[in-house]
Amino acid sequence: MVKEYFFEEADRTNAFITRLDLAMYEETGGPLEGRGIAVKDNISTAGIPTTCASRILAGYVPPYDAHVVTRLREAGAAIVGKTNMDEFGMGTTTENSAYGPTTNPHDASRVPGGSSGGSAAAVGAGMVDMALGSDTGGSIRCPAAFCGIVGLKPTYGRVSRYGLIAFSNSLEQIGPLGKTVTDVNTLMSAIAGPDPRDTTAYDRPYTHTPSGDIAGMKIAVPDEFFGEGVDPAVAESVRTAIGRLEDAGAETLTCSIPSMAYALAAYYVTCMSEASSNLSRFDGVRFGPSVETKRSWHDEFRDHRGALFGKEVQSRIMLGTFALSAGYYGKYYAKAQVARENVRRDFLRIFKDADIIAGPTMPQIAFKLGEKSDPLSMYLADILTVPANLAGVPAISVPCGTVDKMPVGLQLIGRHFEDERVVDAAFAYETGVA
Amino acid sequence: MVFENDVEGIAKLADIHIQKEELAEFTSRFNHILEYFDILDTVSEGEEGEADLVNVLREDEVTPSLTQEAACANAHETEDGYIRAPRVM
Repeated sequence: MVKEYFFEEADRTNAFITRLDLAMYEETGGPLEGRGIAVKDNISTAGIPTTCASRILAGYVPPYDAHVVTRLREAGAAIVGKTNMDEFGMGTTTENSAYGPTTNPHDASRVPGGSSGGSAAAVGAGMVDMALGSDTGGSIRCPAAFCGIVGLKPTYGRVSRYGLIAFSNSLEQIGPLGKTVTDVNTLMSAIAGPDPRDTTAYDRPYTHTPSGDIAGMKIAVPDEFFGEGVDPAVAESVRTAIGRLEDAGAETLTCSIPSMAYALAAYYVTCMSEASSNLSRFDGVRFGPSVETKRSWHDEFRDHRGALFGKEVQSRIMLGTFALSAGYYGKYYAKAQVARENVRRDFLRIFKDADIIAGPTMPQIAFKLGEKSDPLSMYLADILTVPANLAGVPAISVPCGTVDKMPVGLQLIGRHFEDERVVDAAFAYETGVA
Repeated sequence: MVFENDVEGIAKLADIHIQKEELAEFTSRFNHILEYFDILDTVSEGEEGEADLVNVLREDEVTPSLTQEAACANAHETEDGYIRAPRVM
């Protein structure tokens, strides 16, 4: 039976691009029955506008649901709306949105992080308990850390990307954000599962009950996660949190990830290159604001994309085009793939001796609105989150105290397909301090 | 290092029209970022990975998909169930 869900919470952070004051759900007896869930606006929802926070998709209404949305509906969830984000996921603050910035629920003069900033702010402000985001280089974990909530980037391939509007296919995953580790675990159980429509999705369903028993768990702490650029107060909070995990029975060891010297550059070259190809579909013919069909294709196409993509998106498409062009491919794209393999190998080496790698999620607390106006300085803020995407391993951010009254995130990274263990480590921390 | 005429060429290749007055800004932005990417020069020769991947294939059989109507629903100009596009030639 179809039931009504009234979604009446005021949106004081501009978390939503589209909201459904009356959302419907099915009485399925599923684990999310009657619970309101917010969905990032780059995840396709049949009948509900999906814009990627871009003017180039204004008015687009997907004719089909993403696999994760189908699964949410089957689990009985009420989809209450589509959340704000950096345009196509390109940003770390949710300021690059055609619908205006989202603000941080803890301090309206600060950003919520990005690019899933709307999802994190909706949870952080108490509008919903859970939300879906996507994480290409930290876009779930960063806003989770900045908004004081929990966010999981699953292992690459654990969750189907069917219906996720692609920015960088080889890096991104859809994942859950929630107020608690238990909420994140519940949402993860609902969305993970096989899907023949995404050939990179494994048949590895997620059925897990979090356990706080981490006695004997080996936790590696990389020097690079506490290096230059990491706010000492943030570093101290995170070291204290790791101490709590030791109190709970975990053993810690130090380690090094030398490939982090060039991981960020490898990440940006890779995602820009993939974006330059993925975003060529926005030609104004099949969806979004229309083009004039009387003019020639290239003239019309060029003007359309010049007028409707934001500057950061244009910049990334052009740099990606450049990195893939004859004469530069070897210097940029090919080198980035070697660098990426080195990152993966560093993780595999560390995971021979350790179960979990721990460090800060973000090097700083949430930035002030407008603080990161220089693109490169914004990119540098992703240094601690991109390695997990390059390697394809699962990573979670769980709140671990505050600095200047703003939340700090503890990042816990695990082996491929050991999302459960990452959740357990976060649960042990959460229940240990509660 | 790229110059304004390089950026013009890249924009053309990427099918993005940028205004003349934006050229200087894009050029300095690109140089700033490309200078950072130079760190990739320190990556020694190695292998590209992912040797443990397998192809996922299926028989080329018609399976249920979007209806023609649903596929055309977001297009602004359609004709006889097809989407009208700008002329290519």
